[in-house]
Amino acid sequence: MPERDAGPATGLPDRMPISLTINGEVRQLDVAPWTSLLDLLRLELGLTGTKKGCDHGQCGACTILLDGRRINACLTLAVMKDGARITTVEGLAAADGGLHPLQAAFVEHDAFQCGYCTPGQLCSAVGLLAEGRARSAEEIREHMSGNLCRCGAYPNIVAAIEQVMQ
Amino acid sequence: MANGETYFGTARGRVDGPAKVTGSARYAAEFAAADLAHGHVVSAAIAKGRIAAIETAAAEAVHGVLRIFTHANRPGTAWRDARYRDEVAPPGSPFRPLHDAKIVFSGQPIALVVAEDDATARYAASLLRVRYAAEPHATDLERQRGQAYVPRRKRTGIAPPPKPRGDAQKAFDAAPVRIDHEYRVAVEHHNPMEPHASTVIWEGDGRITVHDKIQGVQNSLGYITGVFGLSQKNVRVLSPFVGGAFGSGLRPQYQLFLAVMAALDLKRSVRVELTRDQMFTLGYRPATIQRVALGAAPDGTLQAILHDAIAGTSTFEDYQEVVVNWSSLLYHCDNVALTYRLAQIDTYTPADMRAPGATLGVFALESAIDELAYAAGVDPLEIRRRNYTRTDENEGKDFTSKELMECYRLGAERFGWSRRSAAPRSMREGRELVGWGVASGAWEAMMMKTSARAALTADGRLEVATATADIGTGTYTILTQIAADALGLPMESVTARIGDSALPHSPVEGGSWTAASAGSAVQAACRAVREKLFSAARAAENSPLANADPSHVRFVNGRIVLAADPARFITVADAMRAAGLERLEEEATASPDSATQKRYSAYTHSAIFAEVRVDAQLGVVRVTRIVNAVAAGRIINPRTARSQIIGGVVFGLGMALTEESLPDHALGRFMNHNLGEYHIPVNADVPAIDVIFVDEHDDKASPLGVKGLGEIGIVGSAAAIANAVYHATGTRVRSLPMTLDKLLPEKPAGRA
Repeated sequence: MPERDAGPATGLPDRMPISLTINGEVRQLDVAPWTSLLDLLRLELGLTGTKKGCDHGQCGACTILLDGRRINACLTLAVMKDGARITTVEGLAAADGGLHPLQAAFVEHDAFQCGYCTPGQLCSAVGLLAEGRARSAEEIREHMSGNLCRCGAYPNIVAAIEQVMQ
Repeated sequence: MANGETYFGTARGRVDGPAKVTGSARYAAEFAAADLAHGHVVSAAIAKGRIAAIETAAAEAVHGVLRIFTHANRPGTAWRDARYRDEVAPPGSPFRPLHDAKIVFSGQPIALVVAEDDATARYAASLLRVRYAAEPHATDLERQRGQAYVPRRKRTGIAPPPKPRGDAQKAFDAAPVRIDHEYRVAVEHHNPMEPHASTVIWEGDGRITVHDKIQGVQNSLGYITGVFGLSQKNVRVLSPFVGGAFGSGLRPQYQLFLAVMAALDLKRSVRVELTRDQMFTLGYRPATIQRVALGAAPDGTLQAILHDAIAGTSTFEDYQEVVVNWSSLLYHCDNVALTYRLAQIDTYTPADMRAPGATLGVFALESAIDELAYAAGVDPLEIRRRNYTRTDENEGKDFTSKELMECYRLGAERFGWSRRSAAPRSMREGRELVGWGVASGAWEAMMMKTSARAALTADGRLEVATATADIGTGTYTILTQIAADALGLPMESVTARIGDSALPHSPVEGGSWTAASAGSAVQAACRAVREKLFSAARAAENSPLANADPSHVRFVNGRIVLAADPARFITVADAMRAAGLERLEEEATASPDSATQKRYSAYTHSAIFAEVRVDAQLGVVRVTRIVNAVAAGRIINPRTARSQIIGGVVFGLGMALTEESLPDHALGRFMNHNLGEYHIPVNADVPAIDVIFVDEHDDKASPLGVKGLGEIGIVGSAAAIANAVYHATGTRVRSLPMTLDKLLPEKPAGRA
């Protein structure tokens, strides 16, 4: 990533030091105050598994887990989250590469087509299961509605989550 | 040398599944280089006129800005229109980004700001000050319909309406039962989840590698070499993964032009990624006004069909799709008059969008047929059976196969259609009115000339390759299945490579033709390898197949086995070794059979049944059940096939209920250019979708017997839902989407 030694004349410091634990790894980072978590992951750290679909918090493609909770990475400035623990799709599988049960269920149920919304769907589903709010297919549908899928894989996404939930 | 089929016809997980669920699948904007610069597009704020001036000084002063490209300083590109005309371009003069000061549509790219990083490019772009000399624009199709014309030049591959049959007007005037209405569909935008993006990697010496969001890498390659005068050997286009497209990736989009232009000029790598709002400056499904007039006997037998469509196009290209032809294809009728015209508006050129044309025409036709059923007092399913046709009356040909009648039967049975109560507003549960609707669907089963390569290596691995794409359709997986079967190898030993312009020729992935086309090409290449391998096996020293005829052996489990005595075999690896072969590579081309095409028409068909529940007071519509029975020849992979149909139905659900790019004609632009206001279906909107694949034997549509599935799922969906809404409410909505304002009950008389 090219260094930027002077930003626009905003009066803000150009870079601020923060610490993030990303997929289990502690990272000391200098981040511009206007950089979203999404841009930090995708553009500066090369973690492109997290997707940019709208950059406005309207599609859910950028969903990641922050301290175990699902959030839209595009609506969160990185400097606000100093000290946070972040899990992206790259961090869902086990250390030995074994797929997370939700990842395996998504493959088994064909819960995606193009795959672009899939990392966000997976992180959202991990967050949903942790919340313990969904007890039926109907509730899964409701609580997964922040994650758009233009390919229309919704019925299969619900089936995959239901299987892991049981 | 017929081989058994271990994989063809069986449900298999996607071979690219693990890459997609772990985040390792990379899309166009996710490739990087040490020298990568970032371009941000500036979009025009007026719909028509000229750029009087662009002030760039403030943006140029921002540290990290490398160059600002406008019409005033852009590098030279090709002069002739033909160089810009891509594989699927309609007739006309293709749009040229930054060509001159002229503005021809709102959102037109008028500058590219390139900077060291994305945030700087975005920020600097906001500092550009543009002065316009605006001219009056026309973006309202309703007001331009008087100027409608029959396009002078036909778009390649798009059949114009068939010649009139009989005397439709006279027959309509004399018909005892008549329906005559206008139907409208709003503009829709594709909105794949992945925004359009191109990353151009500067390889040095004038060579570039382009990661493009495109449904056909060789289409982008031809465009780049044509426009920028580059040699094919200096350009390679890649798109191993495409984050949805639905037609938006058929033609090269303007970010490709801009990224390549900037990379060649700066001699460094450049990425241009569109924002979501800029996705609404690309092609779209055109607003279309249709009139359908049906005349019938008292029993609902059709006597006349008149179908006219007026569709929007840009001022510079005559975009065309097949809208009206379906009306005389789906039903038997002796008196038919179909017309299709265009009217120009000041927008970008429309684009093919999932089942282009068919979704529009079939919505109007299948709504009208439903209206006719009520007018004649005939069951809506029965009226479709009554007017069934066994031949393509447009072309005067037989179908290669047509199991639509079986779709009606099996779909109705699964849905429980016989329990339907005939009258509108006669089914109710609590505060909700319940309605059941049905519609037919059709889509042409095309096959396109495609080449593929198959390479078997001494370790028993097989690689098959063709330059097509997988936009979520499952291409990787079905090609792997086909190849594994052809050589009797486990799927794990087979790799499919696509999305690389250096691979054997393939047309764009579209029109539902990829399974038939790329699949047949891969099978042909594998068969060529098989023949060579068999010769080698037979010639091997002490070969157990020494005197065997090709028809005596089977390729199974990595072995070449004597069919009559399975104990006698030679492994693929041994045969390769005996022949001293490290690698056995063959290329083959599969083409549609022109003699068959002259005699037969090939179409997929569907019967789709929908249940809706409509809040009696509020008009809120929920789709609660869908059964879609599809006849599409042989199904290669029932799991990914089902996903294709489900996806099409969900797309159709959006079309029916929510999707609408709302124009502000005073400004000449779409207002709701984001996913918060352009409503695609969300998980909670989508009910259980039951997909039935009806047995259909077809030995003519393609060598594989497959017909393709990408479009047929959506065709008929909106009409089935609209017909269910009528059955529930007694309100006929002839304009999509059926937003609740169109369904709110009228105020009861005598109350405030």
